[in-house]
Amino acid sequence: MFGPTLDRLAVPKFFYPFAGRLLPWLGWLAAGLLGLGAWWGLAVAPADYQQGDSYRIMFIHVPAAWLSMFTYMVMAGGAFVFLVWRMKLADMLAKCCAPLGASFTLLTLVTGSLWGKPMWGTWWAWDARLTSELVLLFLYLGLIALRGAIDEPQRAGRATALLALVGVVNIPIIHFSVEWWNTLHQPASLTRMDGPAIHPAMLTPLLLMIGGFMVYFVAVLLQRLRCEILEREQQARWLTELDAP
Amino acid sequence: MIGQVFRRELLLAWRRPGDTLLPLSFFVIVGSLFPLGVGAEPQLLHAIGPGVVWIAAVLATLLGLPRLFAADQQSGALEQLLLSPAPLTLLVAIKVLAQWLTCGLPLALAAPLLALGFGLNFGELGILLAGLLLGTPVLYLLGAISAALTLGLRGGGALLGLLVLPLYVPVLIFGSGAVQAAAQGFGPGANLSLLAAMLALALVFAPWATAAALRISLD
Repeated sequence: MFGPTLDRLAVPKFFYPFAGRLLPWLGWLAAGLLGLGAWWGLAVAPADYQQGDSYRIMFIHVPAAWLSMFTYMVMAGGAFVFLVWRMKLADMLAKCCAPLGASFTLLTLVTGSLWGKPMWGTWWAWDARLTSELVLLFLYLGLIALRGAIDEPQRAGRATALLALVGVVNIPIIHFSVEWWNTLHQPASLTRMDGPAIHPAMLTPLLLMIGGFMVYFVAVLLQRLRCEILEREQQARWLTELDAP
Repeated sequence: MIGQVFRRELLLAWRRPGDTLLPLSFFVIVGSLFPLGVGAEPQLLHAIGPGVVWIAAVLATLLGLPRLFAADQQSGALEQLLLSPAPLTLLVAIKVLAQWLTCGLPLALAAPLLALGFGLNFGELGILLAGLLLGTPVLYLLGAISAALTLGLRGGGALLGLLVLPLYVPVLIFGSGAVQAAAQGFGPGANLSLLAAMLALALVFAPWATAAALRISLD
């Protein structure tokens, strides 16, 4: 199954069939993890002593928030590789990440807002986490818009890559600026030095959901990459010789 | 070479005073719309004053940015700059400096007058001015990157706003935060230091990124 070596995978010709073989496995794994996590989180996990049942939106909200930032890092990695080594596939990766990241960010904002209404009594607060997540959404939208405005794929890729890297520098600055400016959101409870501050009964389904979101992200990314390859390599010979799937 | 570019930029600005006066009058007009929109209650105005002045400054900055490289691109001067032996990073830094001197500095100097209308006292006016002097160069440095990226694109002006405004968030927060901290009895030192740190960071990285963006745009 893992026929081609790693460096050959950077070539669309070898990447395309490889991703195609990997996709069904990832799809089933994502469905399994998400199904198990959702069932565990919604039906098995105990109600919170403070928040009752409404905390259960966490099982969507936290993985989405995680992925909204993780996607940006993947995209920025692709942007960097493309700017330095001019690797076509890295640019396609960065391009495919942007709409995915924007959707995870939007999902985070919407679920957070739905959670915020019963907990904080308001749909929206100008709190640190919320505000920096909103700015992240604007960054994604800016990247998508910039790529859309430039016709030449090569130039569009390089311009977007540069902007993505400028955004990487800015994300921590924005994060800490709004952190010091105003904060209401609960502090991180998973990534702490002394271990997670969540009871295992809730932690297990949460980790399952995060894993499911990750695998789902990779699967959708691969599918998008395949479409992108088809679109950009229309004229390539290997593609015309390929049996249409 | 560097000195000539700098003199040329200042001379061009001098010959086209509209480029300076337009953002400046826009800044004052936006600022004076707020009392009309939210009501002229002195306490309210004093509370929102610093933020209003900063937002007006950000918007006025945005107004001048598309012109930063556009005229030079049309006349072909930009390609000459790219081909010149002097490092492009330095030339870009000089252009941004000239733009700030002719647009940003007048804006910062006019800000205390506008803020007077919001009932800020003299101490607060001084802090506002200090914040703007540190913060507006950052706005121009970051704006230059986006201006270079959107050079020659259709709808470039609107796109420029979408790209650059998220990057302006920290400057806005600490700039208006300095005055608000002073009004609440805390010192403005922390906020102003952070602005200075951002200026240092932007001075190092922004001209370099702008030069790279220009090379991409004119490729």
